[in-house]
Amino acid sequence: MFYLKLIFKNVFRAKLRSSLTITGLVIAIMAFGLLQTVVDAWFAGANASSSSRLVTRNAISLVFPMPISYRERMKAIPGVKAVTVSNWFGGVYKEPKNFFPQFAVDQENFFDLYPEFILPADQLIAFKRDRQGAIVGRKLAEQFDWKIGDTVPIRGTIFPGTWQFRIRGIFDGKDSTTITRQFYFQWDYINEWMKKNLARRADQIGIFLIEVSDPSRSADIARAVDAEFKNSLAETLTETEKAFNLNFVSQMESIVMAIRIVSFVVIFIIMAVVANVMAMTARERLAEYATIKALGFSPGFVALLVVGEALTLSLIGAAIGILITLPIAAGFAASPAGAMFAVFNVSNDTILLQIACALTVGIVASLVPAWRSANMQIVDGLRHVG
Amino acid sequence: MAALLPSLRNSSRNTMAQPLVEIKNLVKSYTRGDQKVPVLHNITLDIARGDFIALMGPSGSGKSTLLNLIAGIDKPDAGVLRIDGEDITQLAEGELADWRASNIGFIFQFYNLMPVLNAFENVELPLQLTNLSRAERRARVEMTLAMVGLADRMEHYPNELSGGQQQRVAIARAIVSDPTILVCDEPTGDLDKQSASDVLAMLKQLNEQMNKTIIMVTHDAHAAEAAKRIVLLEKGELIGEPA
Repeated sequence: MFYLKLIFKNVFRAKLRSSLTITGLVIAIMAFGLLQTVVDAWFAGANASSSSRLVTRNAISLVFPMPISYRERMKAIPGVKAVTVSNWFGGVYKEPKNFFPQFAVDQENFFDLYPEFILPADQLIAFKRDRQGAIVGRKLAEQFDWKIGDTVPIRGTIFPGTWQFRIRGIFDGKDSTTITRQFYFQWDYINEWMKKNLARRADQIGIFLIEVSDPSRSADIARAVDAEFKNSLAETLTETEKAFNLNFVSQMESIVMAIRIVSFVVIFIIMAVVANVMAMTARERLAEYATIKALGFSPGFVALLVVGEALTLSLIGAAIGILITLPIAAGFAASPAGAMFAVFNVSNDTILLQIACALTVGIVASLVPAWRSANMQIVDGLRHVG
Repeated sequence: MAALLPSLRNSSRNTMAQPLVEIKNLVKSYTRGDQKVPVLHNITLDIARGDFIALMGPSGSGKSTLLNLIAGIDKPDAGVLRIDGEDITQLAEGELADWRASNIGFIFQFYNLMPVLNAFENVELPLQLTNLSRAERRARVEMTLAMVGLADRMEHYPNELSGGQQQRVAIARAIVSDPTILVCDEPTGDLDKQSASDVLAMLKQLNEQMNKTIIMVTHDAHAAEAAKRIVLLEKGELIGEPA
């Protein structure tokens, strides 16, 4: 109790210095948390993947389609529970800056494969009945203030013309990690148009999504699917949904790595700042520490005083930093700039990492001054004028 | 005063007849760069229990070094230094810290109070190393502060007290754990004449009424008059006692 009291009194002794140090810590811990959240957001799609879903694409490249007829052959492969389709649309809503992903999907069973999308049954029925119907994620609907029944015009870039969609349902995520910034509509809608206007591109699909009955057999099933279409006009490449999503992240791996490095550089800088503050503080208090030792307190007690003070500073900075990271991250996610990330949530892992960084800063920054204070000769310390 | 502060020790190790401090052929030197600078040469001195001794001498004579050795905050190069029968030169660092906590009370020239602690907390500091309960500590600290005339200044911080009051807090801190010896390094060196007189009167009272053994380093001949005995040092050697 006495030890804690002495630490707290020492922490707030030089108010300006302590305030500036804590401010630096707050900014560093907050910046670290936000940068880690950016990294997490990059991996959000991959992390939200299901282990029971496989993705099959054209083996040459994702931009090449496959015949829709593959679907029936896939269904016949042992271990395949269900197959659905999805096609990237790549349209523009009003302006290119309003980017959000749009997918043409099989209205009959697509949402059966995605139990993490919580969609009321009546909305799903309404979607299936309306060829121009669309289902949108909650965040996307909130971003553009869309409501059920609204008509949304989207200009196609891959599929020519301006397409009119009617919002028939809004889905929520089962938890905060589920992405709800997508726009889904019926693949039949564009395929019917293709049949009329661009017949050679009709009945072609971007990817097949396969639900497997036993996730532990995913690798075998993926091999079986690809073997089924070997030496065909459009050979396939099947992989887990996570691996498929990570392909997109890996294209920007160096950026993610740079962000990670910067986040730790921030922590390293604040560690140097706190170490300097603690060195100055300990030097100024040599006579006090010498007196404490002369009175009979152990060198270990003196060392703990220094470490405790640095830890207290760091943890106060971390607590405030974490508390302001949450609203700042939420504000960023709601802003137009935050719309580029499907999910921008500060995870529990990030908060734990922030606390771990604060503890590391406190301990590492105080090690040298603590050792020096504990091991100084009492007579040398008593001669010292702070 | 003696009747007011209950003792914290069970019994004294030695009889009154034996000297409390026995110093034989004590040698101490410091290393400055590559050079070894001798500070004390073969000091031999006995101090009786209940004595009040003033160590005097010019700057650099080694009086503060001798005081530091007796207080157990420095170690001699050679010689015997026995206090209450215990050879403190043989104690390990941790044992020496424990020994200081129960045997030595420190009074410094610049008081050396903790600026973040108030008078009560400063005086309570040595008692944090004892097994006394919070209530016992409180009673003892209040009693000690009352003895030095600062019962109404318990909540004051050092920067809210005059130099004389701060030194009285330091005296209270030195005696609160009932040490065997009080070591005072220029206790009046930073005080005005009146405060210095008050502090010396208090030390005399502690010596006479509580039978505290006091060893005081001073430059001030007037301060030395408060002591029962004056020991002179020059160039690290004991040159005796003035007539």
